[in-house]
Amino acid sequence: MNDIGVPAIFTAAQYKSNYKPIWCPGCGDFTVLSAVTKALAQVGLPPHEVAVVSGIGCSSRIPAYTTCYGFHGVHGRALAAGTGLKVARPDLTVLVAGGDGDGYSIGGNHFLHACRRNVDMTYIVMDNHVYGMTKGQASPTTEPDWDNKLSPGGTGIRAFHPLVIALASGANFVARGFSGDPNGCADLIAQAIRHPGFSFVEILSPCVTFRPEQREWKQHVKPSPVAPTDDAARAARRIMTDDGFNIGVLYAGNRNPYPLGAAAGRPRVPLDDIAAEFAL
Amino acid sequence: MGDAATKAAIAEGAAQAGFAVALAGSGGSGVMTAGTMLLEAAARAGLFGLMVRTSGPQIRGGEAAALMRLGTRQVESLDDSFDVLLAIDWLNLNRFADEIPLRPDSLVIGDVDAGEPPDFFKASGATLITLPLKKMAKAIPGSWINMVALGITGALSGIPLAALEQAVAATWKKTPEGLQANLTALRAGVDAAATVERARPFKGATSIQAGRWLISGNEAAGYGALRGGVRFVAAYPITPATELLEWMAPALAKVGGTLLQAEDELASVNMIIGASYGGVPSLTATAGPGLALMTEGIGLAVSAEVPIVVVDVMRGGPSTGIPAKSEQSDLSFAVSGLHGDAPRLVLAPTSIADCLGTTQWAVQLAEALQAPAIVLSDQLMGQSRAIIDAPADNGAVAQRLTAPANTPDYKRYRDTESGVSPMAVPGTPGTVYTADGLEHTEAGIPSSGARDHRLQLDKRERKLVRYDYGTRWADIEGDGDLAVITFGSITSAIREALARLRARGIKVRLIALRLLAPAQPRKLEAALDGVRRVLVIEQNHSAQLYRYLRSVYDLPARPASFHRPGPLPLRPGEICDAVAEWAGVQSVEKVPA
Amino acid sequence: MITPPQTLDELMAQALAIERAAAERYAEFADAMDTHNNREVAQLFRTMAGYEAKHAQQIMEEMGWVETPAMPAGVWPSFEPPESVPMEEVHYLMQPWHALQLALAAEQRAEAFFAELARVATDGPLRAAALQLQEEEREHVALVQSWIAKVPPADADWANDPDPPRYTD
Repeated sequence: MNDIGVPAIFTAAQYKSNYKPIWCPGCGDFTVLSAVTKALAQVGLPPHEVAVVSGIGCSSRIPAYTTCYGFHGVHGRALAAGTGLKVARPDLTVLVAGGDGDGYSIGGNHFLHACRRNVDMTYIVMDNHVYGMTKGQASPTTEPDWDNKLSPGGTGIRAFHPLVIALASGANFVARGFSGDPNGCADLIAQAIRHPGFSFVEILSPCVTFRPEQREWKQHVKPSPVAPTDDAARAARRIMTDDGFNIGVLYAGNRNPYPLGAAAGRPRVPLDDIAAEFAL
Repeated sequence: MGDAATKAAIAEGAAQAGFAVALAGSGGSGVMTAGTMLLEAAARAGLFGLMVRTSGPQIRGGEAAALMRLGTRQVESLDDSFDVLLAIDWLNLNRFADEIPLRPDSLVIGDVDAGEPPDFFKASGATLITLPLKKMAKAIPGSWINMVALGITGALSGIPLAALEQAVAATWKKTPEGLQANLTALRAGVDAAATVERARPFKGATSIQAGRWLISGNEAAGYGALRGGVRFVAAYPITPATELLEWMAPALAKVGGTLLQAEDELASVNMIIGASYGGVPSLTATAGPGLALMTEGIGLAVSAEVPIVVVDVMRGGPSTGIPAKSEQSDLSFAVSGLHGDAPRLVLAPTSIADCLGTTQWAVQLAEALQAPAIVLSDQLMGQSRAIIDAPADNGAVAQRLTAPANTPDYKRYRDTESGVSPMAVPGTPGTVYTADGLEHTEAGIPSSGARDHRLQLDKRERKLVRYDYGTRWADIEGDGDLAVITFGSITSAIREALARLRARGIKVRLIALRLLAPAQPRKLEAALDGVRRVLVIEQNHSAQLYRYLRSVYDLPARPASFHRPGPLPLRPGEICDAVAEWAGVQSVEKVPA
Repeated sequence: MITPPQTLDELMAQALAIERAAAERYAEFADAMDTHNNREVAQLFRTMAGYEAKHAQQIMEEMGWVETPAMPAGVWPSFEPPESVPMEEVHYLMQPWHALQLALAAEQRAEAFFAELARVATDGPLRAAALQLQEEEREHVALVQSWIAKVPPADADWANDPDPPRYTD
């Protein structure tokens, strides 16, 4: 957790770059971008002290649309890059962002271990239940019966449940948001940033081009009926039995985050002294 | 060169030149669909043709262009410039300035109400004609503007109305009233074309010819895989290979095969290794970034001697690079990108049609040699569509040397003269073995011993090197003491460039390599018999083929290189100039039509 | 259940937030339409953004505010302020008629919002102010309706794009 002292005054607009997003008009990612900028304004960090790390896909285009330091890496490896960055530079605030295809398929392994490691960072997944950038294949969160060209008739495979996986793997903060509720998302993201350890915010973000039926999501989304818990088992039970549309903070835990900056505190040993072990 | 011969060559050049037309527009104007229909109509009218697509970064609504070339003979390369550009609107079209070269005698047709064309049109000196495209479409309720565009360009291409109408009707999926409205719009476009002065409609369409296909390189590769015997595919989507996998999903089901969507490329390569270990010929398709992930798996296939085929539809590199554009920059990686001494097969189709036969051959080779085969296709072939003669079956088919049940003293990796050992199929009694990436004895037991390592390395190399690849390893055309060596999609443009030179009496041999690894020193020596000078042509920044050839072959003194990276395709004219300069002659003008 | 404002300052802060949010949303739409070559609608959205920004400016000047006052949560009846057009309502092929219909609905929502605030207002001056705001929104509604009357209705097949989506990564 950064020690930000007296927060600087930034408006949300100051976190948004001049590059116009290439997202299709109507895409939920626009409001997620807006939510990220509002969250950063709430937390009050200078843009140059924040790094946004992403993979490949529509959602992963987000770093260049902010005025923060950005890293647009390769498919599925954003969490690994973000982890390396944070461990080497604990003073930075690291946001990792991407889509469900990037994060849960090729990125799945890194997702498990990022939750385990519990390094202080915030992971935002814009989940639209589809691989948008490559023209509409099933992603791990796609419903088993969604017809698409690569898996005609649907994959027939149970959809991935990222929130439960995150919880089971050790994430310290788990929240679900909805892009149609940008202010709500901004609050979730700000809380996630402030919460120590690995904070995971899954944002349902409809894909207007490949999943136009997701316009219906706003009818199903509702604030979670119960307060967030720090009891992982209780949170797991709730998440496993909810309908996938409860939004809010679902779990805020007390795990110790990965010890960052330990190296800085250790006493230094001159190099020559280190070589002493070789001398006879 | 005699007059008659020159005239014939010029006529041949004109026939080759054909008719180059581009359709451009944005935001729902439907130029890609119009281009596809134009190509279909051309096919029905007895023409050959090629369509290359290009667009902006938006997923929908972006600026887009269909770049086409039609002709009376097989067309597999874009021309140096376009005869006609029809732009439904001008929005962001300057993005395509380099991709739509125009001449002073080109015709540019725009919409009366679309405002000023971008600067690059004016710079070209092309004639600008405006027609009331939008108004024409609006005047026919329920019709679309791209049908008007189709009518105009169809008429200028000399395609009979019947063929155009058939092309529209054949793909129509909506209401009958809608179809009628659009046929009316089509006809309105055809009529409007007649009013365009300075138009020189292409005369080449004939009666319908049977036995031709309209196909993309990705589809051709997929079908070639099926013909070769592939029955298992693992798939992870990546631009520009996704359509190959999407085409195979239902196609495999029709022949009793299976496609499995993988979670990533590490999974897909290991899935096909597993399936192939089980006896089923297997394939996956990817692009550069995916191939990079697959390298460990490909190495495993080398060591464990498991046949697999990996189609790499090359795109702009390195890293994420330029995903929707073509480049030939994965060659170095394909021929040498594995750790350890790991011989493998690398092939490269030379055209959209050849994607079929070469992928089919790759399946046969991989299975016969129990080794991985990388097929270097590229985005230009993969995502472009061409009208081709229905390809004959080259007969290449998977035929794995398996072990009969209860083979006495069965050793999976037994040394043989050919280097190929009988490969037991799981489920067969008496021939149980463990495949291994670890170095192993002939029996397949892990070994760190020097003799075993040497024996297996020799064996794995020998099996590839001793095999008789026949005449398919390269296309060798022409004679003379100058030779151009190349590979892949640029072969067609080079062929056309060399034809222009030939028409002027300059003879240059063409060697288009289809088998890149293992090297074929004796065959290349024979192909270069009498050749004094060699020019290597390729589409990448670091002259990868040139360096590779110099490392594995003895070439005549001072081989030269002409190379440039993507994203723009190499055109016959620029190749002609480069070859002429290298050959020491003055630049050759395009043979006039 | 909304948390109604208790003071004039709170009411005007909500009015300001509504205008600001609407301006931002229209500006975003204008950019997205420009990127997708829908110049006509881009221009229309940019004009709307300008109007909303002007309204916001007017509130700042009336109230003598230099900084934007903070807003509590839970004041809107739905996820977003009432005059913001929801993000998913736009389409890259939409026509001016559609854009104006969305603007009309936005103004109507805003009018209904202030009418509700007036209804639940606990004191006279607050109610009067809310009614004033409602009246202003009603004028905006009328204005947008007059614009709608001037543009041609949307084509029946406005959403038709024969070309499939393109992928680029």
